[in-house]
Parts: sequence; C-alpha cells; structure tokens
Amino acid sequence: MAPASPPIAIADLRRWLERTENHGPATGLALPFGVPDLDVHLPNGGLSLGHLHEVIEGGPASEYAGIAALFVAGILARLPGPVLWCLRGRDLFAPALARIGLHHDRVIYCETWNDRTVLPAMEEGLRCVGLAGVVGELTSLPLTASRRLQLCAGQSGVTALVLRRWRNTTEKKLAGEPNAAATRWRITPAPSPATGFDGLQRQQWLVELLRLRGGEPRSWVLEACNAKGHLTLPAALADGPMATQAPRRAVAG
Amino acid sequence: MTALVQSRRRVLASVDEAAASAGLSPGMTVTHAQSLVPDLTVFDARPDHDETDLQKLSLWCVKYSPVVTPNPPDGVFIDVAGSAHLFHGEAALLEDMCAFLHTLGISARAAISDTPGCSWAVARYGDAKIVSPGRSSEAVASLPVAALRLAPQTIASLHDVGIDRVAHLCSKPRASLKLRFGGEVLLRLDQALGSAAEALPSLIPPEVPRAECNFAEPISTPEDLKRVIDKLCEDLCADLEARGVGARRLDLVFVRVDNITQAARIGLSRPYREPVHLGKLLAEKLDLIDPGLGIETATLIASWVEAVTERQTVGRHIGTDGADVDVSQLVDTLGVRLGQNKVFRLAPVESALPERAVRRVPALHPPQPLEWPSKLPRPSRLFPHPEKIEAVAELPDHPPRLFIWRNIRHRVAKADGPERIHGEWWVGESETNLIRDYYRIETPDGTRFWVFRDGAVGQGGHWWLHGVGEA
Repeated sequence: MAPASPPIAIADLRRWLERTENHGPATGLALPFGVPDLDVHLPNGGLSLGHLHEVIEGGPASEYAGIAALFVAGILARLPGPVLWCLRGRDLFAPALARIGLHHDRVIYCETWNDRTVLPAMEEGLRCVGLAGVVGELTSLPLTASRRLQLCAGQSGVTALVLRRWRNTTEKKLAGEPNAAATRWRITPAPSPATGFDGLQRQQWLVELLRLRGGEPRSWVLEACNAKGHLTLPAALADGPMATQAPRRAVAG
Repeated sequence: MTALVQSRRRVLASVDEAAASAGLSPGMTVTHAQSLVPDLTVFDARPDHDETDLQKLSLWCVKYSPVVTPNPPDGVFIDVAGSAHLFHGEAALLEDMCAFLHTLGISARAAISDTPGCSWAVARYGDAKIVSPGRSSEAVASLPVAALRLAPQTIASLHDVGIDRVAHLCSKPRASLKLRFGGEVLLRLDQALGSAAEALPSLIPPEVPRAECNFAEPISTPEDLKRVIDKLCEDLCADLEARGVGARRLDLVFVRVDNITQAARIGLSRPYREPVHLGKLLAEKLDLIDPGLGIETATLIASWVEAVTERQTVGRHIGTDGADVDVSQLVDTLGVRLGQNKVFRLAPVESALPERAVRRVPALHPPQPLEWPSKLPRPSRLFPHPEKIEAVAELPDHPPRLFIWRNIRHRVAKADGPERIHGEWWVGESETNLIRDYYRIETPDGTRFWVFRDGAVGQGGHWWLHGVGEA
C-alpha cells in the first residue's frame, strides 16, 4: 500500500482539473461591476467572461423578465463587440436597452420562439469569436444543454447570458433546476426612496447571487443601471455612515 | 395591340388593357375593331420576336428561382417552392415581381399554387393570387374548361356537350371522357389537380458560374447528397476564385430519375467563396429536397455574384473595439437555419408612438445616424397589444392610485407623468384624435409599470398597461 500522497500532488491535481475545466482563452478574465461590495465577493473580481450566467427575475411581473433584461443589457453595454440576442417573442423594446448604453447597432436579434430553436442559435453565436456576448431567453435550461453552452463559451471566450422566461407556475419551477451555469442571479424590484408624487428616482433592485461556482450566495440592494450600464450603490447608502468604510480592493472600470 | 394576317384577313392577335376595356378581343378583324375604335393603334404581330423576348423575360425571372420555364406564347412558370422565403414569403414575392414588371410596362397576371397547371388556370381565369396548399381542386372547380390548357377544338367540343366548367368535367366518368375527347383532357385535369406530375425543366443562364455532377447510379441518401454538395462547392469556389467574384446567392438544383427538378436556394449577406462555409449552409437546406427514387444530376449555380474585396482576417479577436468583428458568417448560418427575415437589427424610427419607434433592418445594414431620444424613459418589455386595466385616479389628470391587472389589485406608491403622446394625423383618420397620457407608476414593492389613459375618463377614456420592466 503506497503512503498517502503529499499535499503538493493534490494541489497539482487541482490545478490540472482547473485547466481542463476552463480551457480556452477566457480563463481568469472578468468584468467588474464597479460596485466594490459586489466585485470583492466574486472570484475574479467581477463577472467571469467566457462563462455561462443565468438571470432570473423576481416580483409580480417576473414572467416578462423586464428588469432581468436590463441587468443583462447593462453587462453587455460595458463589453466591446457585437451582441447576439435570441428572442422568445416580440416584447423586447430596444429603446430601453439603448438608454442604458447598449447601442442598437451592436445588437443582432434572432427571432426564435422556443427553447428548441434558442439553444442551437445560442451555440452558433458562442462559436463566433469576438462577440461581446450571447443572450438567450429560455424556459428550461437542463444540465446537458447548459454544459454545451458552457463548453462553447469557454472555447471562444464569448460570455453566455441566459434569461429565464416562463408562462405558468410549472415552467416557473424549472428555474430552480441544477445546471452548469457559473452564476445564477435573481433581480427583484425594490422600493425606491420616497419622493412623493412628483417624479421617480432610478429604480432600485434587490440583486441576489443565488448560486456561485466556488463561492457563497449573497444579496445586495443596488440602483438600476445608469446610462453607461453601471449598477451603483443607492445614493442614501453611498453617502451614509456605511460610506466611511473604504473599499477593500481597487476596482477598474 | 398587335394584328396578324390569318387566311387573308388581318385579325387581332393580342390587345392591351385599354383596348380590352373598349370591347376589343383577340380574333376580331382589324376592320371591325377600327370601326368600333376609330383612333386605334395597330402593330404587326411578330411571333418570333415574342418568343425571344419571352426567353429574355424568363432569364430575368431566374432572380426568383432557378427553376424557370418559358411557356409560349405568353407565360412563364417559376417554381418558387425553395426560394419564396428569400422574399419574405409568397405574397411579397408576387407583389415584388408584379411591381417590377409594371415598371417595365408589362401588365402581368400571376398566381402561386401547388401545381403548374393550377397556377396557369388561376393566373388567367381566376381572381385569387395564392392558392393555399391542397386547395387546387377547389380553386379550379369554378373556372371555365379553357383554364385547363386544352386545344381550341377540344374546348369547342366540350362546349358542344354542355361542359363549361372544370367542376362539370370532374363529375363525368373518366373512361367515357377519355373515349370521347382523348387522353389530353384527363392529363391536363390531373396536372392541374396535382394527381399527375409535370416536370418543369430548369432554365439556367449560360454565363453564370456553375458546377455540375452527373451520376451513373442515382443517389438518394443524405450522406451522399452532403458529399456531392461539398464537391460542388469546391468546384464552384475554384471557378469563383478564378473570376475574382463571390456568390451572393446559390441555387442547388437536383434532377431526379423521374425528371422532376428539386431546388433549394440560399442567400448570403456578403459575397462568399469559402467552400466549407457554403457547404455547411447548403446542407441545412437538404431537408427540403425529396430525392424520390434517386437523383441523377446535381447542379450548383451562383446565380448572383459580386466582386469580393479581400479583407484581412487575422488579428480580429476579443479586445478590439468590436466594430470589425466579422459576424457575416454567423448571420448567414442563422439566416439559413431560421429564415432570412428572422435575423435582424432594430433601428430607430422617428415616431412618437412607442409601437412605431422601432423597425427591423437586415443584420448587416449600414448604421444610421438616427437615435432614440435618451431623455424619455421607456420600459424594456412593450406589450404588442396594450392590456386593459381597471384604474382609480384621485383627480382627472392624476396618475392612478390603484389598478387591477389580470385580476390582481396593485396599489400605486409613486408615480411620474403624464407624458402626452399625440397620434400621427398624417397616417390616417383614426389617428387625428388619438391622445395618450403615459405614466410611470411604482407599486409599494418597487415594481414599475408603464400605463396610459387614452382620453379623459369622463369621455370614454380607459386605462391601459403598455409595458413593464422600467429602470
């Protein structure tokens, strides 16, 4: 019986596993959100590029994934390159995306109607090196399909973003199924600071990181994307007593 | 109007629309016609010229499909089964073709149906433009027997026994029809109804680049067809390379052993001559091909070519500004798989009405300077049809205090508005009085809705929910 391997071999093995899992050019690249609290929590200091990410919406209008679409558009607005957006229906309104910095000339839409057509279209887009990202609106994302997307994304370095849509409670339950996505986010509207009936501030979102590969789930209340696609700390918090705590880490962009 | 000498009399060979409305018809003598319409313009009929012109017209029609057959004296058959999607459907194709022929000064009648015979009949005698699949027999039933492409003597003898309409003909026993009128009547009837096949030879312009394969043994398996496509693509691309052009449109034509032509067509967003990419795109279309008992000849034609401007293909990768990432292959692949009009970009339109503010443009359309106004908040999901809500407002001009949408009551905590949008009076009568007051409202839990009121509540105005997901 051979003696137990020294710890160094396990470290090697881990590194080897990591290499085989994340092959391709995207390893380690990440897009910071620009919110120190959030970026510190994420493994590479931001949303890892060349991976599959999943966004779910909470709240009473969650089946439309309206603010989830804005969250995704805010991420893509800050990445260079064209975007492929696989629609599921005709309800996306492009002027709202343009307002948070995702210019209409950058987005190529493809009109797909169900998961069976969205998935191949997404894979095709993920193989195209140079895209900023591929967005797909899906009802169900089973393990195999998500692995395929992750594989394509890892090889080309294109980020895959999945918006979960549903029409009934049975389909809504599918949003909890396990899959190979690197992160799963849930965006829920939160009440904005009171200003009475004379105008609305920017909306506030409860951004929940439900699942993170190699990390803990957490949640933050943030202000919706600004004109450049950045999420920000709510003004009341940023200027309040919490603001005196200096960010633990410098963040780019 | 043209005239022809027939047994020492000058008779009218064809009349134009104006002459037809004056009561003239082919077969009348010129003297008779001139007595009816004194200032008549008569040209000599030139059947030989007509034939060459028809040939030229057919070559022009190759724009719509590779399978085009001139049908003298005055018709052209076009098999659009594999290519209508490139023109956004059959109706749009017909419209496009008739509009173009009209600019040439040709008044044309066209119809699309399952069979050449039915199209011939409907185009000449019917009023429908598109006969939906499987409806051929209904479409021709009420037409006169002349719609069946029969010889004039046959039509006359059918009239003699009281058969005027195709429906009469269908109700007669086939055996006695054959005995009385010969096989022609039954053959033409079957061809119109689709029970007898009719081969349309494809007419390919001689000068376009093409590659051809003839098989000693007919082939039919998908693997063989794929291999043939790859081989044809390689040959064709070598030809294109030598000419310095790339293909913008490819036609794949298979001739089956029973002499029926099957065709598929793909459109490309920019000129290509990469055999692998073209082979991949064509293979997506293979399921449209029914090989039947086997395929004898395969031809690949680049029916629309453009000069290729060579571009550097290395050095484009993530990190560059993104403007020069080549997405044309992606756009083509998705376009062939989903349909050409399913891959698009959205561009701004100068319109105050939100549902008109967006239009689709082709995915590789050059960018336009127009932008949406960035000051106006808009929802990220706009309902195709606004949904009616029951709402209660404190004062006529105020946003709602609460509303009921899909049987659920929502209280309104905060609101912003109104943003007044007027209808576009130049569009039509119904728009002149159209006024919408849009409000952004937020419920206590933070969800935002985009609602509008289409007039004062006292004057029949209602509340509508038009969008969700507003930042």
